[in-house]
Amino acid sequence: MSHETPPTPGLVSSLVRGYMPFVVAVGVAIVMQVVVRPNVDPYPAKLLLDIGINCILAVSLTMVNGFTGQFSMGHAGFMAVGGYASGAITYYTSMRVWGAGEARGGVLSGMLGGEGLPWLTVGDGLFLFSLIVGGVVAAGLGYLVGLPSLRLKGDYLAIVTLGFGEIVRVVIQQTSPVLTSAEEVRQATILQLPTHVGGSLGFSGIPYYTGLFWVYLGVCVTLIVAFRLKTSTFGRAFLSIRNDEIAAEAMGVNTTRYKVWAFVIAAFFAGIAGGLFSHTLGVGLSPEAAGFLRSFDVIIMVVLGGLGSISGAVAAAIIVTLLPEWLRGVAEYRMIIYALALILIMIFRPKGLFGVREVWDRATWAWLSRRKSGTGARGGARE
Amino acid sequence: MDQFLQTLMGALAIGSLYALIALGYTMVYGILKFINFAHSDVVVLGAWGSLVFARWAERTAGWSQTPWYLGGVVLIAAMVLCGTVGFLVERLAYKPLRRAPRINVLITAIGVSLFLQNTGQLEAVFGTRPASIPRLVGDRTIAQIGLVKIEMLDVVGLFTALSFMLGLDWLVFRTKIGRAMRAVSFNPQTAGLMGVPVDRVISFTFVLGSMLAATGGFLWALKYSQVNQPADTGWTLLGLKAFVAAVVGGIGNVRGAMLGGLAIGLLEQFGSAYLSSSLSDVYVFSLLIVVLLFRPSGILGSTAVEKV
Repeated sequence: MSHETPPTPGLVSSLVRGYMPFVVAVGVAIVMQVVVRPNVDPYPAKLLLDIGINCILAVSLTMVNGFTGQFSMGHAGFMAVGGYASGAITYYTSMRVWGAGEARGGVLSGMLGGEGLPWLTVGDGLFLFSLIVGGVVAAGLGYLVGLPSLRLKGDYLAIVTLGFGEIVRVVIQQTSPVLTSAEEVRQATILQLPTHVGGSLGFSGIPYYTGLFWVYLGVCVTLIVAFRLKTSTFGRAFLSIRNDEIAAEAMGVNTTRYKVWAFVIAAFFAGIAGGLFSHTLGVGLSPEAAGFLRSFDVIIMVVLGGLGSISGAVAAAIIVTLLPEWLRGVAEYRMIIYALALILIMIFRPKGLFGVREVWDRATWAWLSRRKSGTGARGGARE
Repeated sequence: MDQFLQTLMGALAIGSLYALIALGYTMVYGILKFINFAHSDVVVLGAWGSLVFARWAERTAGWSQTPWYLGGVVLIAAMVLCGTVGFLVERLAYKPLRRAPRINVLITAIGVSLFLQNTGQLEAVFGTRPASIPRLVGDRTIAQIGLVKIEMLDVVGLFTALSFMLGLDWLVFRTKIGRAMRAVSFNPQTAGLMGVPVDRVISFTFVLGSMLAATGGFLWALKYSQVNQPADTGWTLLGLKAFVAAVVGGIGNVRGAMLGGLAIGLLEQFGSAYLSSSLSDVYVFSLLIVVLLFRPSGILGSTAVEKV
């Protein structure tokens, strides 16, 4: 009996399978930076940036709240941890090595991109490294929070994650002021530096590396991972937990393990989003970034999109980012409108706008044609 | 010793407030099995409602000195207001979801919470600036032990909170409606079959919880005199701590909520006084995590066997 056992599809193989999408991702990101950015005004460019970061947040939260059916309310906590970690790395490394905290990026970084610069520089390498470290730190915390609390169901988990976000916020508030001179930074030990991230005043001086290239690279990678997760064995396990945890367990799915994995992956991408956020021009990274208002924003996106629909989350992230622009005249009613939308969606479309389906699935629009006979799926799609 | 007594007084005062608010969470959880996130916003409504009403009463009546009964009248007005809102929220938002998955109800509760919060933020309602409530209880020291002054305000607050808790305990364990509440909490279907009007009992529970929340908000406003804007994160934190109190005491258990409230008050105040005051929120949430890990059913809760 020497026949080969088929390879068991694990996490790694399901993520790395095929590299073409990643090539496309880099292409898209370069186009965003080199073609789109110079041809739009700074303000819409900033909106594009916000949309990208919100997309990463919403899609990553979809993995926990959508695929796995858990309810995390501390997503902003992971984001803030990632943001602070990567911000501290780029800022203090720049101070130590170059003696100044400014960004030293190439054409692909920042919102402007200079003339005559190489496309990527050492600074960009540092930024990428800090993003990944930020993501890993957030993922580690996701593991720490996830492991004990995932023994809990629904509401308890929500409260623990909410409490986690608050703890992150309070702990960040206790940190010392940012070191602003190169000498101070050189004198401080490596272990002292992470405690100097600004406290309640916020962490200012982080170099501005974030541009459309990095953000949309992040968006594309997040989307690829999310889609692959959803269609892999791994993702099936997530969905099975969401649909019926007891049945999943009876079928041999190690529910706790998968729930923790969902948490860790989501926290990783939230950390990346945090890193992108903290290196953006004109963003003051403050402890409030970990507060529950931010978490609520992301939850609204996920619920609007349909708990489990990746494209739905993207669509909702775009809508939620642009809505304040459209509602500028009635700004104080914005949150009331969100709240009512949330309640009404839960009552009339309990699975969110798209449910687990994607926007392009014909079945997504079936309910429209069913109600109004005569208009087909395409007629519905236009509404 | 003085510091100890002072801290103990503070802990009892704040703990009884947590307990009052925790009761609302625990009763709703006991019956409908979900966290009513909007509960903290009903507390806000209670605080702001009392503030607006007290101001209006003072302005229209033009008393030279605030009459002693005004506090009671304001409290009753706030309770009626919050009870009505609690009733409407249950009817309009939660009732259509009676059979929906718990996560949907949770999201709806967040929606209701955001709705109440941001409606309160409107200039036409309470606005975005903090305001202060008129003095309703005389500013007097009734006793002094060493350096520790026992303030009239604290005593009145503690007394009100305790009497409401005793009243609730009597209501839940000694009356017919209380028995109906316990029956619905135990098993809604069976209770319904036994002739308990389940929907009416649920409405009653919401109204009762909201009234206790109003009392909590009223006492909070009296204690701190400054009332923050409705969307202030401090309110959400207050609600979260009260919920933690409910979980620590054993969620669904009325006496547990009172005990949990006092426990949280003691932990927070003694932690702030003897360790570090800036980390008081961290103690509370750490306690929550510890309790959930080692005794998820809380101090007084009983472990329920999960049926498949």
